[in-house]
Amino acid sequence: MSNKEHHEESFWTKYVFSIDHKVIGIQYGITALFFLLIGFSLMMVMRWQLAYPDTAIPVVGPFIKWLATLNGFASEGNLPSDLYNVFGAMHGTIMIFLGVVPLIVGAFGNYLVPLQVGAPDMAFPKLNMASYWSYLPGGIIMIISFFLPGGAANSGWTAYPPLSDIATQGQTWWLVAMIFLITSSLLGSVNIIVTVVQLRVKGLTWMKLPFFVWSQLVTSFLLLLAFPPLEVAAIFQLMDRIAGTSFFLPSGLVVSGEMLQVSGGGSPLLWQHLFWFLAHPEVYVLILPGMGVIAEVIANNTRKPLWGYKSLVYSSFFLGFMSFTVWAHHMFLTGMGQGMSTFFQITTMIISVPSVIILSCFMLSLWGGSIRFNVPMLFALGWIPMFGVGGLTGLPLGLSTSDIHLHDTYYVIGHFHYVVAPGTIFALFSGIYFWFPKVTGKMLDETLGKIHFFASFVFMNGVFFPMFIQGLAGVSRRLADGGASYAHAADVLKWNETMSYSAWLLGLAQIPFIVNLIWTLYKDKDSKANANPWNATTIEWTDATSPPLGHGNFKKTPVVYNGPYEYSVPGMKDDFLPQTKKMKKGK
Amino acid sequence: MDIKIPYNEDLRPDTGLYNAKLGIWLFLASEVMLFGGLFSSYILLRAGASVWPPIGLDGQSVAHLLEETIGLATFNTVALITSSVTMVMSWVSLKMKDILKFKMYMWITISCAIIFLVVKYFEYSHKIHEGFIPAHDTYMALYFTMTGLHVLHIIGGLFVLVYFVMPNGIKMWDDEPIRFTNRIEVFGLYWHFVDLVWIFLFPVLYLLN
Repeated sequence: MSNKEHHEESFWTKYVFSIDHKVIGIQYGITALFFLLIGFSLMMVMRWQLAYPDTAIPVVGPFIKWLATLNGFASEGNLPSDLYNVFGAMHGTIMIFLGVVPLIVGAFGNYLVPLQVGAPDMAFPKLNMASYWSYLPGGIIMIISFFLPGGAANSGWTAYPPLSDIATQGQTWWLVAMIFLITSSLLGSVNIIVTVVQLRVKGLTWMKLPFFVWSQLVTSFLLLLAFPPLEVAAIFQLMDRIAGTSFFLPSGLVVSGEMLQVSGGGSPLLWQHLFWFLAHPEVYVLILPGMGVIAEVIANNTRKPLWGYKSLVYSSFFLGFMSFTVWAHHMFLTGMGQGMSTFFQITTMIISVPSVIILSCFMLSLWGGSIRFNVPMLFALGWIPMFGVGGLTGLPLGLSTSDIHLHDTYYVIGHFHYVVAPGTIFALFSGIYFWFPKVTGKMLDETLGKIHFFASFVFMNGVFFPMFIQGLAGVSRRLADGGASYAHAADVLKWNETMSYSAWLLGLAQIPFIVNLIWTLYKDKDSKANANPWNATTIEWTDATSPPLGHGNFKKTPVVYNGPYEYSVPGMKDDFLPQTKKMKKGK
Repeated sequence: MDIKIPYNEDLRPDTGLYNAKLGIWLFLASEVMLFGGLFSSYILLRAGASVWPPIGLDGQSVAHLLEETIGLATFNTVALITSSVTMVMSWVSLKMKDILKFKMYMWITISCAIIFLVVKYFEYSHKIHEGFIPAHDTYMALYFTMTGLHVLHIIGGLFVLVYFVMPNGIKMWDDEPIRFTNRIEVFGLYWHFVDLVWIFLFPVLYLLN
């Protein structure tokens, strides 16, 4: 770190209201990991209710009883069905909007994109700070809403009206929080796009960008263009709930045997269109940056160039574009008509093509590589088949005929959790193990990491695979007793215990990870980790100042000569060629 | 802060843009999606209604009141278009390094924005007074939500406009004149966009009934 630039920064401006993209990235990372833990804990409680309906929960029972009483529900230490609905809605909301997206875009994007394009910071550092400080209040509002009478939002993370229009006040808080989160995403995405387009260093042409940067760029466009329609929907629903309008309330709606005194004339389907116009691209917001992480880790640990780099780039663009044209495949059962269903069924089949191209490129990249089986690579290798399962199980859902049977069953839950949990979250773990030495200068412990990986791998499948079996048998996804009151579920009910035990063991499997993070932070600095422990080629490893990184990132602005994945170049002594190293002519 | 972000003032050769200009265009793209969502919802709800504007629970329709307010809305349209013109003029004045003219045009812009808001206030209160609140029918709900969001954009813009002519904002002209001119240009783009939204709102909500 250069001392001549050193000047006194108070604790507040350095760590709290920081405008340094790296500090903001870490802030996002810590906050999002915390929210992931909360979202996961909600699910572990729900899994007790599903395995042993209406029995008192061990360990956290007294807390659930206290919370239920506060919300006005009756509980003897069990999870009442009203609170089950709250937990279900908030599990989805917290995991997606407060956990995964802030972690993968807010933390990884913020920390790595400027480093990988050789920029001293984001293009708009103050907007970047505003983005985090708009995310955090959104999260806090969501958490506070748990303690309201009637609890937090309970209409599912999709918040379908008319139910959500007449739900308890937690829903209003949910909407307000969502508007904060949407603002945060908007500011963040503008920042990332401008940084990539404007701040690439000399020589870093488009086709020399690491795939991670491409994936963040496409993701940012999705966030930028898909979130505003949800904002419209949220504003409409707020108006419905506060000003008594009927955007989503049809005429003659009867609630609890009484006609609702509203003007009517609204359309519940309008919400679904606006919501899914966001929420389908949101799926790609979740998975694309994950693919970016996997690409970096695979290329680095197979020690050979990524197979089909250009196909990956074009596929991700096509994926981003197509993701705006498939939203109504979530609505096949709304009676919107055969013509519409056919259209969206075709676009849905088309969008699976670029996903398959991306997955195939990753698999072909493994071919003939000298693979290093370190922890980041294990997570990446685990990611490939698990995401494959998630993707392929989506096809029957995208065909309107088979969707009639599968819609709103546990099959859907299994499908999107395979995409998001072992998919995105494995990519996140892979990225955390991979870039941790860049952030802290210390390597995470390999043994603990391997325990973390193998346990997570087994139990993730234990949680999600039986869902396909239950779903094919027709068990609905939102039942507070896990289907116990339905005769057709009787044969597959036994899986509930398997899934629940897997979920709790999956929770235990995260302990080595948390211990690893904290323990490593307290360890002395490992000199090996300082410079470039993975022998990587991209700028953040080869040219940025040693961790902890100084504000400004680079001692002198790098110049790029090579593509991002020049591994094992024939005739070279080292098996990697940094992007910024000029090859001598004639060699 | 001692870190200098590249292309904050000067143009990046291969894109021909400075950072804030790309930033504002991206922001406006997302605004297009916001208002696009609103107008699409308008089409969907109107297509599902048997009469437009619909008849509320009190058996009344706002149709008669709308014809009275077309005049006011036309006046507001003129006010906003004028403000867009003066916004460009103030930017041009900066390019000509004429800070006095800049201030004059900025104040005209500010006045137009205030006039727009005052007229809007009378329109709103008149409608509410007659019982046409947002909950009356879906037309009123759309009317208040869409124009309300537009008014929020005007109010936000007004704060920025005032900041630019206050000592705190304008002192950048002495230190970093290019950056200040860029700021006015970028804000101008936003202001034209807000104007443009009104150009769509006016016929959709007042004339096409």
